[in-house]
Order: sequence, then C-alpha cells, then structure tokens
Amino acid sequence: MSAPALEARGLVRRFGGLTATDDVSFAVQPGARQALIGPNGAGKTTLINLLTGVVKPSEGAVLLQGEDVTALSSNKRVRRGLARTFQINQLFPDMSPAESLGLAISERLGRGRDFWRVAGSRPGIVDEIEELLARFGLVSVMDQPTRTLPYGKQRLLEIALALACKPKVLLLDEPAAGVPEEERHDILAALAALPAEVAILLIEHDMDLVFNFATRISVLVAGRLLCEGEPAAIAADERVRAVYLGEDAHG
Amino acid sequence: MSAAQTLDEKAKLEAHLRRHERWRWSEIAFWAAILVLIFALPSRAGLLNEILIAGLFALSLDLILGLTGVVSLGQAAFFGVGAYGAAILSAYGLSEPTLGLLLASALAALLGLATAPLLLRGSDLTRLMVTMGVSLMLGELANRNSWLTGGADGLNIAMSPVLGLFPIGFTGQRNAALYSFVVLFLLFVGARRLAQSPFGLSLTAVRENRLRAGALGISTSRRIIGIYALSAAYAGAAGALLAQTTQIVSLDVFDFHRSADVMLMLIIGGAGYLYGGIVGATVFIVLKDVISGATPEYWEFWIGGLLVVLVLIGRDNMRELARRRIKTILPGAAK
Repeated sequence: MSAPALEARGLVRRFGGLTATDDVSFAVQPGARQALIGPNGAGKTTLINLLTGVVKPSEGAVLLQGEDVTALSSNKRVRRGLARTFQINQLFPDMSPAESLGLAISERLGRGRDFWRVAGSRPGIVDEIEELLARFGLVSVMDQPTRTLPYGKQRLLEIALALACKPKVLLLDEPAAGVPEEERHDILAALAALPAEVAILLIEHDMDLVFNFATRISVLVAGRLLCEGEPAAIAADERVRAVYLGEDAHG
Repeated sequence: MSAAQTLDEKAKLEAHLRRHERWRWSEIAFWAAILVLIFALPSRAGLLNEILIAGLFALSLDLILGLTGVVSLGQAAFFGVGAYGAAILSAYGLSEPTLGLLLASALAALLGLATAPLLLRGSDLTRLMVTMGVSLMLGELANRNSWLTGGADGLNIAMSPVLGLFPIGFTGQRNAALYSFVVLFLLFVGARRLAQSPFGLSLTAVRENRLRAGALGISTSRRIIGIYALSAAYAGAAGALLAQTTQIVSLDVFDFHRSADVMLMLIIGGAGYLYGGIVGATVFIVLKDVISGATPEYWEFWIGGLLVVLVLIGRDNMRELARRRIKTILPGAAK
C-alpha cells in the first residue's frame, strides 16, 4: 500500500504545564473522507496548527505523502500539497473572488514573483479560475469585492481558495460554521463534489454533517485520540457516547 | 450552459482581471498636464521639480504602505542614502546624472534589503520605531563621517549634462524639472505594472489578510523584503534627483521631518492607488508655497487643519461631495 497522504506520528505539544496534544498518531489515506471530532477543548485547533505547521510539536513528526515535513514552515507545506480552510473566514475583503482565485493559482504555479506580466493575462489561469468559479457557484459574483458577498458565498470561496492550491490533503475546519439554513445546502453540495483523489480531513462540530460526509471518524478527547473507526462503529461506541454526547447518552 | 454563454463569461472574466491595464484618459491627461506646466511656467520650474521629487518619494512609500500595508517612518534613510550616494559619486568623478542615479538607487536598495528583516517582527508601532531608528542612525553616521559627507557643511557638487546633452541645475531649471519628470514617469510606469502583476496581487493579499496569504503558500516575509528593497530604491532615486538637480546635499536629507512629511503627503493624496503620492505632494508643496508667502510662520497650521478635516470627513466622502456638486452644476458631466 502507498504511503498515507497525511500522517501524524506521536505528536505531543505542551504549553507550559498543559499538554494540549498528547501522543496523537493517525493517518489519512489518499482520497479519504475522514472526520476529526471532539468536544470543546479537546485540542482540535492545536492539532490542526501542528499539522499545518503554524505550531511546532514538542515531540513527534508530521508526514506528507511519506515525507517528513515537521521542519517545514506552513507555506512550504502548502506547496507540498497540504491546504486548509478556516473556521472563521480568512479572505481578501477588497479583492474579487476571481482575483483571489487567480492569485492562489498563480502562486501554485510559482508565478508569484512575476512583477511584469499583468495578472490574469495567461489563458491557462483564466480557464482554471472559470472552472473553480463554476464549481462553487461563484460566477455571478466573480467581480464583486469579497466583503460584499453573502456569507454563504464567502464560505464557498473559502473552500475554493484552498482547492485552488491543488492539494493532496485538504483540512476543512468547520466548513458549515455559521451558515444560515437556506445556504447550507450549497455548502454540503460543494463538499460532496470535491475531487475524489483529494484526501479530506474534516474538523467539525455538526454531527449531521460528519456522519453524512465521513467514511472514517477519529475522536479526540482531552488531547488524546480516544478511538477511530467507521461511522457506525463510532456512533455505537459507549465511550464516545459518554464523553462526546454527554448528557444525551444518559438521557 | 451553452457554449456561447461560456465564451461570454470567459470574456467577462478576462476583462475583469485586466480592467486596470489600459491607460485611462484621465491618467494621460494627468501626465500631459505636468509636462505642459513645466513648459508653461519656466519661472516655477524649481517648484515643479520639488513637487516631482516629493511625488516620487511619496510613491516609494506607497509601494510599501499603500500596496503592502507595512508602515514606515524611516523612508528618509533611503532618501538620504540616495542623495549622498549621488553626491559622493559625482565628487569622485562620476558626474553623469543617469548613471549616478542608478547606482545611488541601487545602494539604497541594498540598505533596504539589509534592514528589511527588522520589519518582519512585532506590531505596527515596532515598525514605526525601528524604521525611524535606522534613519536617525544613518543621519548621525553622515554627520560623524565628514571626510566623506562634508558633515554639517554638506557637499556642493557639479553635474555634467544629462546623457551629455541637457545641462541641469541653476542654469537649466527647466531641464532639471524635465529630468525629474522623466525619472518619475518611468518609475511610475514600473510601479503601475508591478501593482497589476501576480507579484503585486500577492502584495495586496499580504495587506488584506496575511494569514490567508500564507495559507496559499506565499512566503509573506520574502514578499515584504522584496517590496521594501524596491521601495528603498525608489526613495533613493528621489534623493539622488534632489542632490543632482539642486547640486547640493546636506544632513537634512536624513531629517525625521522628511519621513513624516512624505507620510502626510501620501495620506493627503490617498494611499494604495499610486497617484496619491503625486497628488499629495502637489497639494502639500503648493499649499506650503502659497500660505508661507502670506504667513511664513504659520503655514503648518493650515496643513494640520487640512489633515484633521481629511481624516474626520474621509477622502471618499469628500470626493463624493465634489462629484455631486459637479453633477448639480453640469448634469451628465461627472460619471
């Protein structure tokens, strides 16, 4: 079997006396649809920061397609194929969706230091922008400043930008957070239509979304990996019901 | 979706991405007007030259502050290095202005490259202090090393004609203004081009959301270092122009007030669209000229007043007011 798309080996992160991530090992296979769940304070954010390279681990290693990337900065990991979205939109408010996507694509192609050619003058890039706009239903707002977009469209752009990096692994940090009910369907449809070859790790609170989307679920509790398995097994697991579903399990 | 529709959308997308590429009539008129003024007002060539140089200096700040969103209160460091660089080169026999300008500006760029890493850490306040500190240090170095810089006496220099053809200086003030105009215009074209390039787009991204820029794989530190060095080269070119066209350079090129004035100019004219520096420099220097003619002691009172009004009302609102005014007087004239 080929190397996992993304692998964590014995990750530990201590902040002073607090151990936020405690010996976490797991793997995301190529093309996987995996979810990471856990109650508030379980250490999900720290784990994402460790995987993406925002925070360096106290111990352990992060491997991308079998290669150790623990020492690489986060922007280098992106160029190696690890992209992410953010729980709170991180967009470019005064740029249009077309410009934002054009930027992401030209950076991926290594053209970001080109200071002479007009951005968007290369046909290949224009084609790709158009394809992404169409895939995420952003054609009608492509030339509007991002800050004027409805929240749901901004959420879609958040995912489109990450996909424009042509990642091997995509971390989705609560993609449906804060999206009003009537726009939720668009997000779910976009998630379902993500390219099959991209491995996806979904970090989510919304259990409907997790059980609809993921074929494998990892449960993080108090910085440790409690268990891992198929959705049916996780749903039936007594320990998960106890710690994660809390009151409901007793009621 | 039909094929025709797709083609239509693609054309629309491409037009949107390239919407700033073509020179607008207002831009052409802007540059033509400056050129006309240089020829029409020979007695004010000195003032025009001062405006063009200040405009270039403000453009240098716009690259780093307006485009990239990194604050600096130390642009005078590069202005001063450019000015002394050009003066010293000419004192050692290199008196042809264009070559001197290139070398002086390259020297400023090197200094920019060397000090850029200081900008990468800390907050805006840290950056203001660090950039200011660097320019204070350089001013004092120039003061101490009078064997090279002439110290408090400054340096008087003699320049040969530009490209061996056009004499500049007191006997050729119009030529001096034309020389500054050509340098400003060429560097402006470069900056305009850069702002629309993928590199320029990435600088906008760094300004708008540095976290996301990094998450797209951009090394934001390297981009900041790159544009800071370029901004230093522009400021150095402005300093070199001042030294060459006035044929004197003194320690005041490193003064703190230069860094502060250039920031004022950029804020008056508006940061981020490249013309703001030139517009602001024009307003600033013309106001200074007119008001200091009437009340030599108190001209800064009015500049201060303008700044307060601008910041409180907001430039966009003022532009909107002016547009409505024009509309009521001349229906259909303003777009």
